[in-house]
Amino acid sequence: MSQLSNWGADVEKLFVASLVVVILMAACTDMSETSYSGQVTSAEIAMPGTELGLPVNAPDRFDFGVEASEQRVAMWDIDVRPDGLGLPEGNGSVQEGRNIYNVHCIACHGPTGTEGPNDRLVDSEQWEDVPTTRTVGNYWPYATTLYDYIRKAMPQLTPGILTADEVYAVIAYVLWMNEIVSEDAVMDSETLPAVVMPARDKFVMDDRVGGAGIVR
Amino acid sequence: MPSAESPKLSRRRWITTTSGVIAAGLVKTQADAIQLIAQEAPTDPTKVPGRLVSEIGSRAPGEQPKRLIRAPALSSSSRTPLADLMGTITPADLHFERHHAGIPEIRFEDHELLVHGMVERPMVFRMSELMRYPQVSRIRFLECSGNGGGVYNRERMPTEVTVQALDGLLSTSEWTGVAVSTILREVGVRPGANWVLAEGGDSAVMSRSVPLEKVMKDSILAYGQNGERIRPEQGYPLRLFNPGYEGNTSVKWLRRIEVTDQPTHTRDETSKYTDPLGDGTVRQFSLVMDAKSVITFPSYPYVLPDKGWWEIRGLAWSGRGRITRVEVSTDGGRNWSDAALEGPILDKSTVRFRHLFEWNGRDTVILSRATDETGYVQPTVEQLWEARGIRTSYHQNHQRAWKIARTGEVTFGLGDLV
Ligand code: HEC
Repeated sequence: MSQLSNWGADVEKLFVASLVVVILMAACTDMSETSYSGQVTSAEIAMPGTELGLPVNAPDRFDFGVEASEQRVAMWDIDVRPDGLGLPEGNGSVQEGRNIYNVHCIACHGPTGTEGPNDRLVDSEQWEDVPTTRTVGNYWPYATTLYDYIRKAMPQLTPGILTADEVYAVIAYVLWMNEIVSEDAVMDSETLPAVVMPARDKFVMDDRVGGAGIVR
Repeated sequence: MPSAESPKLSRRRWITTTSGVIAAGLVKTQADAIQLIAQEAPTDPTKVPGRLVSEIGSRAPGEQPKRLIRAPALSSSSRTPLADLMGTITPADLHFERHHAGIPEIRFEDHELLVHGMVERPMVFRMSELMRYPQVSRIRFLECSGNGGGVYNRERMPTEVTVQALDGLLSTSEWTGVAVSTILREVGVRPGANWVLAEGGDSAVMSRSVPLEKVMKDSILAYGQNGERIRPEQGYPLRLFNPGYEGNTSVKWLRRIEVTDQPTHTRDETSKYTDPLGDGTVRQFSLVMDAKSVITFPSYPYVLPDKGWWEIRGLAWSGRGRITRVEVSTDGGRNWSDAALEGPILDKSTVRFRHLFEWNGRDTVILSRATDETGYVQPTVEQLWEARGIRTSYHQNHQRAWKIARTGEVTFGLGDLV
């Protein structure tokens, strides 16, 4: 969002305010409910791109919150993206991961990641037209998502207990069970984003649109 | 009003009457007799002082609608009893639930929202601070994109299924909070930003990527629902609310918004909430809920006691705007007539439709189909199969059908049509 200068903002507010008054006057003749729903309903700053404007006399900033320190952001900024941004230091091997898995994951995901009772984690069988299962091995487009998810949510009853090394290790093991990495693989902030997942190129952006005669 | 005898039974008459019916062999026990008499001669409420005021109201004893729980688990759901409800607003305690790691206990005073990433000033907001910002309220539906998944498979079309079990992952509320655009204006979005990552403070730290354009347009950081503070099941004390989007993106217990240039590809936007289309591709970020309608009355397990005039009632909604039309068929989809829409017809909200119908007592199938302001018409299941293949498990917004048998029994009727 561009930062308007005070002068610019004031001019915009005045302009919008007068515009809104005109709209309101026009709307008075037709007291339909449409003005209730999602439209600017009183003297408001119509900010570009939003249906939820602000009162005309709103300051450029309210400053009710406090600025977040770098440490504060670092403490909570725990997501991991496909390009590896967000991955911490550390590493773990398939061998180390086997132990972690057998201690922390096996009860819910089964000895080979296929038995459950909870989500199946392993299926190296690939598919052409329709997936038979949707697992890490044949459905997940990015390996980095494993880091993001396991660090946040697994093991389900004690999330957050694994160290960075342990998360890397268990990921290496899950990827190995899915025949995506070799038995001597070591995962770290460089190798994990470099893993090419089999289903990667299957994913396409939503192309649905509204409109008559269109079913997608 | 002159009255020869008080409708409220005197003790003596009560006893003689109960022993009378027992003696007459109508019933066996005194308890049965009391029940029988209570039915025949209910206590006259105009002759008995009523209950006193109370701090918290409750439903009438005979009215106890409940959410439907299939399998209680940390990652589970409960469904809104659509057939029990009227109008469009869902009572907050009956709003459907979908949690991925249970409901966290968070104190209002302790909760904080961190907004950072591609912004001029990363900021932390306490709830009291968020509530000081200009407040907006909007009536909007919320629907899980997995809603209706049970009626897509041709081989496994159910018949004895309630509208609650089928489509109860749908609710409508008045959501109150601060516009996301207001908070983003406060932190100053930097050029190049395209997405936000919204992250919850539950033990799944549930996270979703949402286009920046969307949250700027109409998303709300909601702390209120139907006039009260949001309930714990709905994200207390703060949830993101994305009107018209699949429910999962309206992240509950919201603790962090990161402004980014690209989606994060979290587990719930890759492994889940994606749609394999049958041609080897998987549709991702299918966020908008397409137009849909469901008949809530009559529906299974209701039994029409007699033929004659009945009003078909239901709900219609679209994530792309307002509903402009709902049509109803009472002959299995051959003929359609416009249903009446109960205003106000709101943007991205449910609208109640109704259609008067004279049932002739013969077997028939009733259906509804909605059209939204973009001109999109709720498709048939065949159209969805054709467009998406048979293996998708979200966004199944196709037309639903109820079969009315000559006995008056109502069952899910799509299996009869496909
Ligand atoms: C107490 C049972 C439990 C334990 C222990 C557990 N998980 Fe899970 N896991 C689950 C459940 C339940 C889900 C599905 C959660 C949902 O859908 O919201 C899940 C989901 C997952 C998924 C996502 C599956 C998919 O395809 O979407 C991965 C990956 C995973 N777990 C990895 C692990 C790892 C690694 C461990 C050990 C460190 C572990 N889990 C331990 C119960 C458990």
